[in-house]
This record gives sequence, C-alpha cells and structure tokens, in this order.
Amino acid sequence: MPESELESLKSRGRIVVVGASLAGLRAAETLREKGFKGTLTMIGDEPYEPYDRPPLSKQVLLGMARAEDTALPRRRDIEAEWRLGVPASGLDMAGRRVKLADGDEVPYDRLLIATGVRARPWPNEAEGELDGVFVLRTRADGAGLARRLEAGPRRVLVIGAGFTGSEIASACRERGLEVTVAERADAPLVGALGGVVGAVAAEMHREHGVDLRTGVMVTRLEGDAGGRVRAAHLSDGAVVECDVVVVCLGAQRNTEWLAGSGLGAGPRGIACDAGCRAFGITGIVTDDIYVAGDVARSPHPLFGYQFLSLEHWGNAVSQAETAAHNMLSDSAGRRPHIWVPAFWSSQFGVNIKSVGVPTMGTEIMITQGSPAERRFAGVYGYQGRIIGAVTFDNARWLDFYQRQIEATAPFPPEFSNVDRRPEGGRPVPADFPDPSVPTHGPTVTLSGYSPADRRMTFTPARN
Amino acid sequence: MKQGILSQILDYANRANPYPLYEELRRTPVFHDGEGPYVVSTYHEIHGLLHDPRLSSDTRNRGAAAGDPLAGQEEGEGQLPPSFLKLDPPEHDRLRRMTNRPFGPPHSPRRIDGMREELRSIVKGLIDGLADGRGGSVGGDGIDLVEQFSYPFPVTMICRLLGVPREDEARFHVWADTLAASLDPDPDADAEQREKVTSSARMELGMYLAGLIEERRKNPGDDMLSQLAAGHGQGETMSTMELLSTAALLLIAGHETTVNLITNGMLTLLRHPDVLERLRREPRLAVPLVEELLRYEPPVQLLPQRTPLSDIEVCGVTIPKGAPMWLVLAAGNRDPQRFENPDRFDPDRKDVQHLGLGSGIHSCFGAPLARLEAQLALSELARRLHNPRLLDDPPPYRQNAVLRGPRHLMIACDDVRP
Amino acid sequence: MLRLVVDLNRCQGYAQCAFLAPDVFAMHGDEGLLYDPQAEAAQRERVAQAAAACPVQAILVEDAEASDA
Repeated sequence: MPESELESLKSRGRIVVVGASLAGLRAAETLREKGFKGTLTMIGDEPYEPYDRPPLSKQVLLGMARAEDTALPRRRDIEAEWRLGVPASGLDMAGRRVKLADGDEVPYDRLLIATGVRARPWPNEAEGELDGVFVLRTRADGAGLARRLEAGPRRVLVIGAGFTGSEIASACRERGLEVTVAERADAPLVGALGGVVGAVAAEMHREHGVDLRTGVMVTRLEGDAGGRVRAAHLSDGAVVECDVVVVCLGAQRNTEWLAGSGLGAGPRGIACDAGCRAFGITGIVTDDIYVAGDVARSPHPLFGYQFLSLEHWGNAVSQAETAAHNMLSDSAGRRPHIWVPAFWSSQFGVNIKSVGVPTMGTEIMITQGSPAERRFAGVYGYQGRIIGAVTFDNARWLDFYQRQIEATAPFPPEFSNVDRRPEGGRPVPADFPDPSVPTHGPTVTLSGYSPADRRMTFTPARN
Repeated sequence: MKQGILSQILDYANRANPYPLYEELRRTPVFHDGEGPYVVSTYHEIHGLLHDPRLSSDTRNRGAAAGDPLAGQEEGEGQLPPSFLKLDPPEHDRLRRMTNRPFGPPHSPRRIDGMREELRSIVKGLIDGLADGRGGSVGGDGIDLVEQFSYPFPVTMICRLLGVPREDEARFHVWADTLAASLDPDPDADAEQREKVTSSARMELGMYLAGLIEERRKNPGDDMLSQLAAGHGQGETMSTMELLSTAALLLIAGHETTVNLITNGMLTLLRHPDVLERLRREPRLAVPLVEELLRYEPPVQLLPQRTPLSDIEVCGVTIPKGAPMWLVLAAGNRDPQRFENPDRFDPDRKDVQHLGLGSGIHSCFGAPLARLEAQLALSELARRLHNPRLLDDPPPYRQNAVLRGPRHLMIACDDVRP
Repeated sequence: MLRLVVDLNRCQGYAQCAFLAPDVFAMHGDEGLLYDPQAEAAQRERVAQAAAACPVQAILVEDAEASDA
C-alpha cells in the first residue's frame, strides 16, 4: 500500500514553528509525542530558549528568582533546529516558505504560528526612551526592571492597572517601595472583571499603601538633563515625581511580519477555525498553516462562536496541543480547541482566579464569601446564563463554577450554598466600562467526563 | 441493584476486601435504596461534589429522618463544639486558617520540613525495638506491626507536634488508644462499659489538654499548641473550647488515618514482593508509591457526613435537600472510567490524582505529615526487615468500615538490619 | 539544576509543595503560590516529593542534569 500524505509528513515532513515561547514549545513537544519524526525548526526573535513569563511580574520583581532563570522545563526532547534571535519577516504561502530577517528562508510542509504579543509601548517614542521607563513582557524587561527596583527608587509610577500593572504595584509595595498607579478607568482590573470587582481591587491597592489615581491619564513623561525620567504629568494637572515608570497598557499582536502574505492577520490577531487552522484573507481556511497562543483568535462554541483572543497561559498550552494534534491528523481525526478560558493573578497576597468570559457578563452576583474579607466567589450572568466566574482566595470552588458555565446553567443561580452572605445573594450590574454585548445565538453545552472526552450538544437558543 | 449492598459494605465479614462491593456500587453512580443515604461511588461525580458549594459538611443541616446507618458513629466529641471537619465556611475557613498558622505555610513553612530528622529517629527507634524482641521476638511468634510500629509512630509524632512533654507521652498514648478503640467497637463487648471507659478517657484527655493549654499560655514554647493558644488577635484567636476541639481533631484524624496508611502499605507491599524488593533497593520509590497507595488502599474509605443545602442533581438522580450522603472515596479511586487497570497496584502509575486525601476545602489537613510518615516508614521497613513475610493473610481487620485497616498485622522476618 | 513550572490554572493552593520543599515553593497569602523556577540540584528529592504530592498534579519538573547525562 502506498504511503499516505500524512504518513510521509510524519516520517520525513518539515514542520516550522514561528514563535519560541510557551505555545511554540508545547506544540513542538506534542508533535514529537504524537510521532512526528521529520525536521522541526523553531524560530524565535528573542535569543533565549523558551521561558516562562508569569514569574517576571511576581517572583522576579520580589527578588525571589532571576529573570534569567525562567527557562521552561521540557516535557520531552524535541530534537529541533533552533533559529533564535532572528525574527521571521515574511511568509510565502504559495511557496511554503518563512522568510527570516537575516535573509534566510525556511521551507515547510506545515507551519505553526505562535508569535504571541508584545507590550504596547509608550505612545511618545522619545519619552518612552527615557532612562527608567520600562514595559514588562520579556526576560530582558524583567531583568532590567528587577535591577532598578533592587537599587531602591524613590517612587515607581505604574501606568495602567490591569493585571500586570497591579502585580507590579503589589511587588513594589512588598519591597517597601513607594508606588503610584495611574489608571484611566475608575478602578483597577475593570477591563477584565468589571467595576464591582474593580472596587475591591482598588481597596486592596490602597490598603497596601499604593497611591492609586483613577480616572486619569498620564499625558507626558518628563526627563532630566541626563535623559532620566523624573516626573509624570497627569490629565488632572497633577505631577508625580518618579524615577521609574512602568508602562502597562496591554499588548499588541505580533502579526506585522504577515502583512501582504495573504493570511487573515491583523492587529486583532490571526483568525483561525476551532481546529487552529489559519484563515486566509479570502475567508478560506488554509490546510497547512496553524495558529496557537496569544496571537490566535478562534471561535468558541460556548460563547456564541465569537472569535476569542485569549492572552492566557493555559490557553497557549491547550491550543498548542490541539494545533499540534491537528497538524498530524486527517480531517476526521481533528479536534476542536474548546478550552474554557481561565486565568490567575497573584497580588497583594490574594490569589485571583477566573473562568469563562466575565467580560461578556452584564451582571455579577457574589455567591460565596465576602468582598470585604477579600475572600469570595462571584458569577457573571449574560442573557440568563452563567458566563463567567471569579474567585478571590476561593479557588477550590472554581471547578464547580466552570461546570456551571459549561452546562450553561441559569443566572442568577437558583441554589443555596455554603458561605452565602446576606450582602451577596442578588445580582447587580457587573459594570464593565465598555459592554460589547453580542446578539444571542445558539447555545452549546459541553458535557462528558474529561476535557479529552467532551462532546458538544446543541441546545436551542434561549428565547 | 441487589438489595442491601450498603449493609454488605458495613458487614464486618467484607472488611478485608470491600472492592468487589464497590465495583457493584459503581454500576449505580448515585445509589439510593428508598431510604438511607445517597451513595456516590464514581470518581468524577465524587470529585465534582467535593468542590460543590451546595454541599454542607455540617451535619446540623441534615434532615431529621436521615436514616443513615453511619450517623452518630463518628468520633464522639463529647461536649466540645464541632471541629472544622464538620463546619462550613466561613467558620470552617477561619478555624482551619488559625490551626494552619503554626502548622504550615504561609506562616510556618518549615514546621513539617523541620521534623524530618525527628521522624527518622522515631522510625529508627521503633524498628530497633522490633529487633530487640520487645513484645514479640523476630524469630518467635512474629511481630504485630500495628502494635509495635504503625500505632506508636503517629501518636509520638502528634505529641511532638503539639508539644506534649516527653514524660507525658506514655499517658497520651493510653488515651489515644482508648479513643481509637471507641471508633472501632467490638460488637461482643459490653457497650455500657466501653462507653464508660471511652468517656472517662475523653474527659481525662480533655482535662490534660486544658491544663497543658493553660500552662502554654503562661510559658509559651515554639510548639503548635503554644502558638494556637496564643492566637493572633483580630478574631483570629480560638476559644479554649475551640482549641480543645481542634486538638482532639488533630489527635484522632491525624492518628487513625496514618496508622491505617502505614499498615495498609506494608500489607500491600508484602502482597507485592517485587515492589517491596524494588523499594528496598530504591528508597525514593516511596514517594510515588505512597500516592498510589492512597489511591489503592485509602485509609478513609468514605466520607459519610455531606448533605445538600438545596436539591441537587447528580447523574440524573435528584438528591433532596438535607439528605445524608456518602462519598465513597475508595470506590472512586478504583473507577475504571478514571484509572487504567484500577485494581492493579502500580507505583509507577503516571496519572495518580487520587481521592485518598479528599479534595476541596476539607482536603486532609495533615496530608504533608502523613505523606512523610508513610514514605519514611515504608522505605525503612523495606530496607531493614530481612525477608519479611505475612503470617496471616488476610489479617484481622478493625470493625470500622470508614477508617478501614487491619487491627493486627502479624509478620515474621529473618533479621532486622541495622 | 532543576527547571520547574507550575500550572497555576490547576493550582488550588493546597500548599503540599510549600510544606515539602519550602526553599523552592512558598505560599504568598493563604492561596497564592510563588516558586523558584530554577532550583538547586540539592533540592532534587524535596522537589520530587512536592511534585508527587501535588493534589492537582500541576508541577512540571525537568532535571537538567539527569537529561544531560
């Protein structure tokens, strides 16, 4: 019997992975795990082997670990050819080649794009280049910022109170450093968790001695004669003297290198189907290019088939595994990426975790514990169902809420439970700053025993 | 489903091997025979329920006509308030957090790690004692591993942990033995007499602990009881009654389970001589081996005190509010839907996320200590006992179906190595 | 040298690792976990105990020296 195309791919094919971070590494390991014996090339713009980023805003800033020591453990040997320190600069879809910035070209039979995101820089380039102004995304960023905090700055200014900004502020306070946080919204974390939880986060900042300024923008960074940052000007007229500024304004997707390639890539990421296959700009799905991790946007059946872009550690791992599996499978063997979004953050000594898509929620109900005690669980409701959940130091209950989300359980919850407090127990507006409420579509229930054994069951749309 | 499977599980005749009954039970993941408890026996359902905030551990939330044959059989706490084992948040969280403060991280991260040498020396002393022929010679009638090793080891550890003075340890052992026996009533004995002995032991232990707490309040040491007694202000201080209740919980829960874990472990090893020989050569095998043991022969077979706070549905069965429930951990641990070849004891098993120590907020408080105790006990027994053999298989079991384990484990060996 | 990473989505703060290898894992508050992503070889046995004890099997360890050998 002649060898099938898939068999020859597995035995002698060429797979190229662009992006040598978490998603790229876990995909490469999965490819080998699933019996890929051909050549594997890992392309990464940073000169380091894959490392883990979450410690950079926590252990590293606390001085518990060095940024240089964050290399990811390997699940197995991947026997790859590494092209590190050289970014990909272009893609020839017809010729199946990745172009590198050094002029090289790498041919492929299957391509996985996992180029991730980078920190959004301070918009004024000259101000952003002042000494003492940082972003925090890479190992080098982490090492530089940790060194500067070690030196004992007089005041750190954090611009943007999302998760990264809040974690940095927390680490600074733990090290006894003065810190000001400037946030455009009314409270920290509102973009991810809404105003009700944001108010709790704001109290945590203030209790720990953070000078939290909300509802303001930083309009200008000012340097001294030596080119070192010395102050920031805020939109309310205030001036904050500071010698370290950390810009935490979110991320930008690394897709510029794909401009003109014909792939459906842009500032919002690279669109792919639920099986991680990239879309061309034609809206036709490719069959040799796959996407995983922060740079991907893929439709999720639990959330109205909206394309979700998730900058989540767990998503990168899960999507990489699915992409790798599908790269080596025929159409019947492919499986969808239906990971339920989940993330964590550790700040001010509190463990914050979330599942589902809180940002879709229009209401929130505190079901357990008490926000005043910084120990609670809350669920987000959308069109009468539970769509997301958050816990503060209550992670052991989160599995339950994830199953509620998967089962499209009704909101507000109809059950009694332990630790229900009088002040909770009723839904209130979740208070997201920009509620982008999509129209209702068919709902989908996930069921089955394990993530590997999930079956989708369509249920009719509610009303 | 055959009638009376719960009675069969409770029947002493089936104590040595309840696993075929659990297998039968799993065919009905939520078993209920019209009265009595709702019994859940499959892994995923148990795991889900352990993380389900609709379930209460507070037996006061149970309906009056509960009809649970195990009700009231748990440890008698006398006049003490319920321990955190039988409380829900927020009281559970508060008491457990306070108890944890002098025990483990974040406030006392080195307490357990710092006891490694002490554990080693206690184990060494006990195994040396087996060689001395104290209470049973090596070559003679054999050694009762329960009496001579599994029992004294954890009690001594708890004494050291709490800070019971060495000179009082012997008295402490007697009370612990009496209370342990009350968990395991001999049906032929005089119930009234037993109850009298038990309650007198409970009283004496309570008085002793109360005195010790008083003493530690005046002259605190760095032991756990001193720190518990000192408290931490701002509602983070236990009352004396809470403290007594907590100390009793640590004593009973920390003791009984570890005895069974170690004894079940040695029994399992003696039934798997190849694994025992490997452990003798590679003591590090003890680490994964104890996890597999917690799956294969968990010291707590089932959790008998959960109850739903509203009607809940599990596998298509509605469990009404206030109904008694049993979560049969030992059955879930052998669920073929979760574990490959579940009836095989395989210390190399890669996927061993067992239910042996529970899960969720009530997961075993003393787990790290139990793990170290069992790892050290089994690896040292394997290393030092030369050619150990089981004299009685199956061994005689204790009555208790929940805290299941051999009452005696008679073994012989050719020599005790140094 | 040991490399490690903890899947903190899985982690529920049971703290077994922080009990058993306190020089590598530390609880930050009641539930949050911080760890040294690169531990000394001397911690090998304790890290192995920590990883085995994790009730949610969230700890991945790579023993760099063992794999080089």
